[in-house]
Amino acid sequence: MNAQEFQTWRTEAAQKLALRLAGREQAPLIDADVIQHTREVLVCLGGSCISCGGAHIADCFRDRISAHGLHANVRMVQVGCIGCCDLGVVVQIMPDEVLYRRVTEADVDRIVTTHLQDGDIVEDLLHQSEVGGHRYQRAADMPFFKHQVKIVLENSGIIDPENIDEYVARQGYDALATALLTKSPNDVLADIKASGLRGRGGGGFPAGLKWAMLADAPGNSKHVICNADEGDPGAFMDRAVLEGDPHRVLEGMMLAGYATGAAHGVIYVRAEYPLAIQRLQLAIDQAHARGLLGDQIFATEFCFDIEIRVGAGAFVCGEETALIASIEGKRGHPVPRPPYPTQSGLYREPSMINNVETFANVPPIVRNGSDWYRQYGTEKSPGTKVFALAGAINNSGLVELPMGTTLRQVVFDIGGGVPNGHAFKAAQTGGPSGGCIPAAHLDVPLEFDTLQELGSIMGSGGLIVLDDSSCMVDVARFFMEFCVEESCGKCPPCRVGTVQMLHMLKKICDGEAAPDQMERLEGLADVVSSASLCGLGITAPNPVLSTMRHFREEYLAHIRDHRCPAGVCPKLLTFTILEDRCTGCSLCARNCPVEVIHKFDDRKQYWIDTEPCIHCGNCFEVCRFEAVHKE
Amino acid sequence: MKKYQQMIESVSRSGATAAASEHSIFEELNVTIDHFDRSPLALIQILHRAQELFGYLRDDVVQYISRELRIPVSKVHGVIGFYGFFSRIPRGKHTITVCTGTACYVRGAVRLLRGIEKQLEIESGDTTTDGRYSLRCARCVGACGIAPVLVIDDDVHGDVASKRVKNLIRQYK
Repeated sequence: MNAQEFQTWRTEAAQKLALRLAGREQAPLIDADVIQHTREVLVCLGGSCISCGGAHIADCFRDRISAHGLHANVRMVQVGCIGCCDLGVVVQIMPDEVLYRRVTEADVDRIVTTHLQDGDIVEDLLHQSEVGGHRYQRAADMPFFKHQVKIVLENSGIIDPENIDEYVARQGYDALATALLTKSPNDVLADIKASGLRGRGGGGFPAGLKWAMLADAPGNSKHVICNADEGDPGAFMDRAVLEGDPHRVLEGMMLAGYATGAAHGVIYVRAEYPLAIQRLQLAIDQAHARGLLGDQIFATEFCFDIEIRVGAGAFVCGEETALIASIEGKRGHPVPRPPYPTQSGLYREPSMINNVETFANVPPIVRNGSDWYRQYGTEKSPGTKVFALAGAINNSGLVELPMGTTLRQVVFDIGGGVPNGHAFKAAQTGGPSGGCIPAAHLDVPLEFDTLQELGSIMGSGGLIVLDDSSCMVDVARFFMEFCVEESCGKCPPCRVGTVQMLHMLKKICDGEAAPDQMERLEGLADVVSSASLCGLGITAPNPVLSTMRHFREEYLAHIRDHRCPAGVCPKLLTFTILEDRCTGCSLCARNCPVEVIHKFDDRKQYWIDTEPCIHCGNCFEVCRFEAVHKE
Repeated sequence: MKKYQQMIESVSRSGATAAASEHSIFEELNVTIDHFDRSPLALIQILHRAQELFGYLRDDVVQYISRELRIPVSKVHGVIGFYGFFSRIPRGKHTITVCTGTACYVRGAVRLLRGIEKQLEIESGDTTTDGRYSLRCARCVGACGIAPVLVIDDDVHGDVASKRVKNLIRQYK
């Protein structure tokens, strides 16, 4: 494909997407008559919507549209994640931009007849605000979307990820064409450096610096590797990008290849994401068919090819050197650095690893320039960050926000606060390598450096909200358990240290800790983080240290008073039966593994003999009358 | 290059492939081995394919791969043991996966898991004696917006309250 052909393709593709682009910047002109009479039904097929039956809803729409004879003017399009994952299945009607949520099979016919046929809105399927019950017609009006700035996710939920034309219509491969035809590799490198883009995988290492290291490395055979092994529990933004806009990642990798002199790309994607693997492979095939991958791209000297490698479920493989070992078919053991991958990486040749979101930022930067990019975010952390909002929060899902947005805005303005009348307790960022931010720091701007100061890290962007029903010692124990299982076992500080730390945390949870347990835990944490070989061990103590720092009282309550204030740690709870609620159904007694629940001799109610009770909580779980009380 | 698509399809067809002859399954494995030019660097990709074709990594299959790729069988087992995705024991007809990622944990995944363990009378990692269900935990399936999440075979079920689980599992016979 040459520049001329690309231009023609682009114009035609944009025309086909005109309906969805109406009213947006650089939208092709479109007849008012067409806007009046044609409609597109975008059905979200992101991970959450698929599990709510999205594929079936899409079929239903196709079916009903033709059954009502509307197929000439109405088209159903399957799109990637729209973002509001708790509202699935989400359907958006274009160009009206009306968003329907929790659409079921029964609703499809109503939408088709009422909206698509008669042009009226189906009120009860619109999203309703938690407070006041206001119904939002357009997605853009919902608080969840209103504050977002979409750069990485600009196409997700708008285009069909399986159709390369739709990506091209949204200025896809524009950056690549401009770079190859009008810029030198150094220009592209300079763009990335000037943009201040920092690696979105966790550490925040400046991408431009890393690219320059690969560009400067000697040798003709170099590799660009995309880390799509999104292993942090609670993080799903890379998945959305891969499934919703796969070409963006390919284009980012190609630009990196051009800037650094690499001709080979590998995407290392986790096996838990079969749909992402499938869509990436399709995208690679399509790019090949169009001549965008392979030899002499845009009739220049630049050649580039990309292959997929599927991981096999090991968290440590997110670490650079372990990831390389895994691509080479070996156990994912990290090796000491230096040499850095940019010196000796994949097949012992210079390699550079960036995360999915980092690559996804590249095309818009090259297309619009670094000044444009720097208008978003902060001085030290420019651009946006995609957060996966989950846990005890009303609106969960994917949000893309300028760096520096405060935690309070994220949790309350966008996330809609904590549900079921509970209070916000902490936000966990950075997964097992990160930490917890307490309510006192709700006004912290979210960017790489500020989070680090609080003892957490940005991580890949998982943001899990904890309410007052969560015990922070238990949360620390949960993450330590994770690190114990995922430690690769190569270096003793991590292999042995994490097990010992877990042991200590369990003792605290069980109320059996010695008075000086916290000091000993801190001492060991220091050893583990300073003596471990790779990032996994170095950051493993973070969740413990950050909870000890911000929730010291809660630790002390466990150790000193043998009390779990949140009512989570079972060994520290006392179970009693509230006599006025007990109906004498005997369910608790039958489920008690140690048979310590007895019936009163003179009445139908039951009582618990607390002395031999093992605090398993079975009685609390099974009681249908909320008669079992724990404290 | 429709390999990964086939891979995904083959997982859902696993019941049907079991009936096909051993020989043709090895033939299918050979296609993948040849596709990667018998390179030891592709070991993990080939193990993925083998597990899909055979359901689990049987000793004779592992030995076959070891011979074909010229990697010592000890090293192949080293790789298999390292990665959580590979299994050396047969799985049940249906695999039930409880996500124990942070979001699911916060929303009661442990309670969910305990309930299923009690219902099926097995522990996480085991298979029921009738070979119908295998139970395992996943780190995070990336569907945190609808936590807690339960995956049965390829179907993801979100917002699973403990009470609904029994009936949900019974639908898979």
